[in-house]
Amino acid sequence: MTEPNPPDTMLDRLRERLTPEEFPTDDRGRIRMVVDSLVLHLHPSKVPVTTIKWSYTWGLGGLSAVLMTILALTGIILLNNYTPSVPQAYLDILEIRSNVWFGELIRNLHHWSANLLIIVAVLHLIRVFLTGAYRPPRELNWLLGVAMLVLILGANFTGYLLPWDQLAFWAITVGTSIITYVPLVGESIGRLVLGGPEVGANTLLNFYSLHIALIPLGIFGLMSYHFWRVRKDGGLTLPKPVDPAPDPLTWQKPERVTTIPHLVRRELIYTLGWFAALLLFAMVVPAPLEGIANPDISPNPAKAPWYFMGLQELLLHFHPLVGAIIMPGLAITGLFLLPFFDVTSASVGIYFRSRRGRSLSLLALGLATLLTPAWVLLDEFVLDWVGWLPGWDSLISNGLIPLALIALGLFLLDGWAVKTFGADTEERVLFLAVFLFTAFVILTMIGIFFRGPGMALYLPWNMPAAVH
Amino acid sequence: MSENLSPEQKVSRRDFLKVAWGFFGGLALLETGGMVLAYLQPRLAEGEFGSLITIGLVDDFPPNSVTHLTNGRFYLVRLADGGFLALYHRCTHLGCTVPYDQTQGKFICPCHSSEFDQQGAVQNPPAPRPLDLFPITIENGEIKVDTGSPIQRAAFDPSQVVYP
Repeated sequence: MTEPNPPDTMLDRLRERLTPEEFPTDDRGRIRMVVDSLVLHLHPSKVPVTTIKWSYTWGLGGLSAVLMTILALTGIILLNNYTPSVPQAYLDILEIRSNVWFGELIRNLHHWSANLLIIVAVLHLIRVFLTGAYRPPRELNWLLGVAMLVLILGANFTGYLLPWDQLAFWAITVGTSIITYVPLVGESIGRLVLGGPEVGANTLLNFYSLHIALIPLGIFGLMSYHFWRVRKDGGLTLPKPVDPAPDPLTWQKPERVTTIPHLVRRELIYTLGWFAALLLFAMVVPAPLEGIANPDISPNPAKAPWYFMGLQELLLHFHPLVGAIIMPGLAITGLFLLPFFDVTSASVGIYFRSRRGRSLSLLALGLATLLTPAWVLLDEFVLDWVGWLPGWDSLISNGLIPLALIALGLFLLDGWAVKTFGADTEERVLFLAVFLFTAFVILTMIGIFFRGPGMALYLPWNMPAAVH
Repeated sequence: MSENLSPEQKVSRRDFLKVAWGFFGGLALLETGGMVLAYLQPRLAEGEFGSLITIGLVDDFPPNSVTHLTNGRFYLVRLADGGFLALYHRCTHLGCTVPYDQTQGKFICPCHSSEFDQQGAVQNPPAPRPLDLFPITIENGEIKVDTGSPIQRAAFDPSQVVYP
């Protein structure tokens, strides 16, 4: 290629620099364009045609990144109309809703994107789990993902306090009191987080700083690392047929197509579609806001944010050390250790591992859907550990004993899967994980839809109005 | 690196420097962490919740009554026998403010339905311990409550009641 002469005038040279090059029409040009571009080179220049099918990844990781971008942009402009002090914070939200041009829309967009992000991030984790994509060599990227999920929950939780309404105040009071049950250091960590003995002006400032600086910085760093690792680990896992399971030696790798237009086109459609849907939703459904925070009156019921309702439901049944520290601690530890325990590479890329894995997953789903509500009702109306074992520390009677019973139940379930169905290690992990996750989702739904005043159980259509 | 070592040399220069850098680097990190922790310690303003509060005369509170003193974040309970208890209104389970139910004569937490009787003792879990107490002093018929130091207790005991 010969070097063309630079344009004659300064203006033309400036225009030449700023306007994009001719859009490439051949594969060679398209590949060059991906490699040369800062944003596009997050992608490989060619991708396997099977991994870009919707029904394999559902675009969940990409959608998380889109939501993070919306959150960063709406968050930054919300800063211009918000003061993190008591009671100005609440008054500012009222101003944003009624007196700031597009203020309500931007607040709604921020609120709903944040809530959707939790759902999408969890679905992404489920997809990666079900296709075995956490296994070597992708262990580190799984850990980064779990760490990001924790940060996303942290970002949501700290943001929840900022409107300084009753909803925010009591959800954060309940949420932060959980910390005080950590043995030995709980009380001092709680005071540090709250900046005092109870939720107040210092808490608002602490949470504000976490919400707008430390947590977003952490998420941005982990996100960059996560993307980079996807390519370092050889791109996405390749989907494989379950029946018959392919022989690794003779299996034909799928054809590869250029990223432009095949992948980029899908990403653009997906992004625009979701953004349009979110925008419409934010126009129609306002983010909740209650009366200004009042430390003297807890609303009845006082519920945690919806994504912690599963935890709050556990708290109704167990001593706080068990329900809020030990159980979630075990769950997070399990998530972190998973890729070092379950390392079979043969079934990577096959949803639910195998035919038997699919049956076992369905079974686990059904069992958890039946057993979880049954256990909640049993504990609510029949079991009374504290009454049956008077004089025992409630940590033992209402905590460790039921925990041991549940562990025994899981052990029996696992043995059943092995004996009756001949499940191997990866299918046992799948069976128990589907069971536990379904149980947690059911608990969350019970907490959101079936708990009313006094945290008593109601049918959703008979739910009395909350007292504020 | 071992080929340069004379027999009496146990640690090579490189290993020594590695350990020294590691040690002092770790020390510097610890110091920085300590500084950040100290910097973030909460500061308490004078005169807010947490000071000694004078709430009135003994005769202002009839026996068998429960009065919510929101400034001090506590209930002043006068038992039927004339004794006083100052109960911190914060639920010992997860920190909700516990309202007093006049008709049932007990405290029922709206968050997780813990129940406490007039002495603050747990009648219904999940609360793990009775409502915390604030120390009461009565001088010349005047009641003073120190809201700075809530007292945690495992159970109700008659010695906790203050008589005028």
